[in-house]
Amino acid sequence: MQVRLNGELREVPEGVTVAGLLGHLGVKAQRVAVEVNDAVVTKDRYESQRIGPGDSIEIVAFVGGG
Amino acid sequence: MADTWSIGKHAFTSRLLVGTGKYPDFPTMQRALVASGAELVTVAVRRLDLSKTGEASLLEWIPKGMKLLPNTAACFTADEAIRTARLGRELEMGDLVKLEVIGDRRTLFPDVVGLVAAAEVLVKEGFTVLPYTNDDPVTAKRLEDVGCAAVMPLGAPIGSGLGIRNPYNLRIIMETVSVPVLVDAGVGTASDAAIAMELGAVAVLMNTAIAEARDPVLMAEAMRAGVEAGRKAHLAGRIPTKLHAAASSPMTGLIGS
Repeated sequence: MQVRLNGELREVPEGVTVAGLLGHLGVKAQRVAVEVNDAVVTKDRYESQRIGPGDSIEIVAFVGGG
Repeated sequence: MADTWSIGKHAFTSRLLVGTGKYPDFPTMQRALVASGAELVTVAVRRLDLSKTGEASLLEWIPKGMKLLPNTAACFTADEAIRTARLGRELEMGDLVKLEVIGDRRTLFPDVVGLVAAAEVLVKEGFTVLPYTNDDPVTAKRLEDVGCAAVMPLGAPIGSGLGIRNPYNLRIIMETVSVPVLVDAGVGTASDAAIAMELGAVAVLMNTAIAEARDPVLMAEAMRAGVEAGRKAHLAGRIPTKLHAAASSPMTGLIGS
């Protein structure tokens, strides 16, 4: 299914959970925060929350800043 | 007694807060952070580069024991700043946020209307909000009224190095609000940091002045000394200025008199 991931359209496995998506992308869950359709997904929901077709997902991390 | 200060439930000894952006490399940043003696360091929240997920993380280069202060830099609306603050909290698992709502790309001056609106929402969500604001006492009061834990007026535009451009407004802000006033942005060199502290700022926050100095580690040491000198001078109480001389040596007992 197609989702918008960090602003770009991407194919991800059908019905994947947030945890599954991070694994699929090779991202370490403890270093990132995830937003689905403008709402933060807390880490305790990574295993249960499923991504749907057309969802908008942001995966962010800390970078240098002032 | 130790000269400590606090924001919300957090107490600090160091009065220098530093950023983590613009350093030539992570090892230099790490040495500069240590040299600054800072206990609170700002970080930004950005999209992860999904093509480089194996790369070293900024966090591995921030010395242990330093507390992170996530910012909402480059957010141009209250809504963007609120979302970014929530993501920062999820990353940091803390309550502190340096709130920025920017109103203009060229000057990076704050959009104070959006800033107050975003602050109000975030305070209600339990954040300890440190807003980056203009040197305007009325806005500072509004930010205090909506529950901000501190106010952080600029000394000059972000990254400009122009120093403390409006010391009188900063003093009025310090008279007007009862929450801690931190001077954020505009510092160019150590004397600027000292001036901010002499005026009575609780602390100073800077990034570019250290990160883009020719020797960032040495400048971090200088800034630390400048902040400490300014703080001590503030506590010591400076002499009033006078138009004419007041001799330091006795005017009597001179030879040949």
